[in-house]
Amino acid sequence: MVQHLDTLIETPSQTAGPYVHIGCIPSFAGVEGIYSQDLGTTPIAEGAKGESITITGSVFDGTGWAMRDAMMESWQADAAGRYPGQPDADPNVSGFCRFAADKDSGEFVLHTIKPGAVQDRNGAIMAPHITLWIVARGINIGLHTRIYFEDEDNSADPLLARIEQRPRVDTLLARKTGEGQYRFDIRLRGDDETVFLDM
Amino acid sequence: MTEKSALMARRREVHPVPYSPEYKTSVTRAPSLPLLSMESTTSEETGPRFGHSTIGPHDNNLISNYTQGKALAVGERIRVHGRVLDENARPVAGALIEVWQANAGGRYRHVKDTYFAPLDPNFGGCGRTLTDENGYYEFMTIRPGAYPWPNRANDWRPMHIHFSVFGHAFGQRLITQMYFEGDPLIDLCPIAATVKDRSQLDRLVAPLDLQNARGMDYLAYKFDIVLRGHRQTMFENKPEGM
Repeated sequence: MVQHLDTLIETPSQTAGPYVHIGCIPSFAGVEGIYSQDLGTTPIAEGAKGESITITGSVFDGTGWAMRDAMMESWQADAAGRYPGQPDADPNVSGFCRFAADKDSGEFVLHTIKPGAVQDRNGAIMAPHITLWIVARGINIGLHTRIYFEDEDNSADPLLARIEQRPRVDTLLARKTGEGQYRFDIRLRGDDETVFLDM
Repeated sequence: MTEKSALMARRREVHPVPYSPEYKTSVTRAPSLPLLSMESTTSEETGPRFGHSTIGPHDNNLISNYTQGKALAVGERIRVHGRVLDENARPVAGALIEVWQANAGGRYRHVKDTYFAPLDPNFGGCGRTLTDENGYYEFMTIRPGAYPWPNRANDWRPMHIHFSVFGHAFGQRLITQMYFEGDPLIDLCPIAATVKDRSQLDRLVAPLDLQNARGMDYLAYKFDIVLRGHRQTMFENKPEGM
């Protein structure tokens, strides 16, 4: 017998299901009065430094339908590229937000500040981006992706550089639609399928 | 967050298959192209932390939190407890766990649930807590009922509680479901069957834990959770080629 590895194995995922909001955004489900407030209603507090931006979008399934039951979480750095808890991070940026597709239109809205470029552990500079995690009925394991910005210099970003089929880079770029306004649509399957990450 | 070494690569073979035709909704919601593999970066190795100030004292008691203790939910009283560990078998302290579930009759308190089993006026169906310094957590709740769902013509979900868990890194984010030992519906459920390795599915089934039940009060079930760990790479912070 060889030696045993002493590592454990991650618990398997299961779909969040159609009623994920009950546990994660109770007010969306119509469950009031249990918690003083939902978690992660905004990634920024009054006084957060940086450019105020709004990102609007939808999550489309493989038929082109904007899903009404998707839930998303975002995680981002402050305007100087520092994550909460890192030295000199902006105390008014929690970095974390939770939001749901609208139950009638399927559209989501994220109000935040534009993050700065982030220096990675090995010294590489990543272009400004917001990490996004998507769960819903029919999604068996949460999907990680990133929102980049078309009006930033993304040419040296190490993750975007890994995408072999260059047209697919566009699926990770938020489109500027106005001053401080961006559009970011997610396509789970089919034409212009969004790049999802295995990390 | 202090930066750590890279996260261990996710072992996708223990997880559900994304495209699972027997679970019909997955057919249009599973990516058709391979995921882009990469080593985790600071963006995935850091993550939000939640303090005790965000958690109310009764948040982990689903029997009474909907009425703030004024009345109790109907159903089989149970305690659900366990530990959150990482793949290095270290306890994850301060991990936020959120749960949600149907009531004893299988009805969810959600604007979109129209099943005719009635709502329980004293049951909301969500709870949350933080693990202690040893990674331990517990909830008090009632055992949820099975319920029908519009998949195949006569599909019923086993009794289950949804779990959402935050470790210390955003790349550890996990949502799963806990099932109950002995429930015959587990073997018939197309959502449970998305996990192809039976021994992995069995890890989602909580055993009856009579030693941690309390006489004349509640039964207990144990549900341990493992989150992704960080690689043990002592020399990694010397950048290559520098």
